[in-house]
Amino acid sequence: MTVPLRLAVRRHDVSLPEPARTALRISVRLPSDLEVVEEAVDVVARHCVAEGLTARRARFNLRVALCEALANAILYGNAENAAKHVHVHVTITEPHFLVEVQDEGAGFDPAAFANVSLPHDLEALGGRGLFLIRQLVDDVYLNERGNGICMVLRRA
Amino acid sequence: MSFTMRKDASGVVVVGVDGQLIVSNRHELKQKVLDAADGGARKILVDFSDTGYIDSSGLGALVSLAKKLREVDGELRLAGLNEDLRTLFELTKLDTLFTITETVDDALKKF
Repeated sequence: MTVPLRLAVRRHDVSLPEPARTALRISVRLPSDLEVVEEAVDVVARHCVAEGLTARRARFNLRVALCEALANAILYGNAENAAKHVHVHVTITEPHFLVEVQDEGAGFDPAAFANVSLPHDLEALGGRGLFLIRQLVDDVYLNERGNGICMVLRRA
Repeated sequence: MSFTMRKDASGVVVVGVDGQLIVSNRHELKQKVLDAADGGARKILVDFSDTGYIDSSGLGALVSLAKKLREVDGELRLAGLNEDLRTLFELTKLDTLFTITETVDDALKKF
């Protein structure tokens, strides 16, 4: 049985201001379905490895951080609404891999993201996702609306 | 990604995680382990030898299962973590919550 293509992937060159000048941009649009998270993570990681992201940072840092961001976007941002999508844009420049994940939800207060830490209770069932993202990428930003996250991985 | 389950001669139930343990399959793992516990299993060893990555949902599922097994005087232990997975447990301090053994064979001897 043929598995239908569930992700829309685009790869194109973009122009950026100096000093980055040119970059490659990979865009992936996925439905609000947790079943496609692994596939989307794999697609993005493979493109990043092809563009020079080191194997460990792709295998571990990028995969786990992106998985967290996609799960948050699908579960909390889009509330698993089938009519909504999650958009991933990876901009690859000489020094950086910028991985943006945006949902179509109302967003949450970016201020709440400022002091993310591990849950006080070690046995808490949740509350580690944003902490892990912060630990695994070099920089992370939320957009003003709170429905988009940009994770920065330095090349080296 | 899938989960395997076998009972060792010592009585320990070994659950293998083949692929990822993430938001999309965590419930499946929980159900398998809870079914085993309902069937009388009290010593569960999760084997991560063939695991790629784990996300926070997967970690949460392991914490939840460890709690549930403890409630019935059982225990959930972990083995076969590669360097990445060990780092993940250390970052989240969950390495202090679980008994983690390097290899499955070693874990079975000590369980």
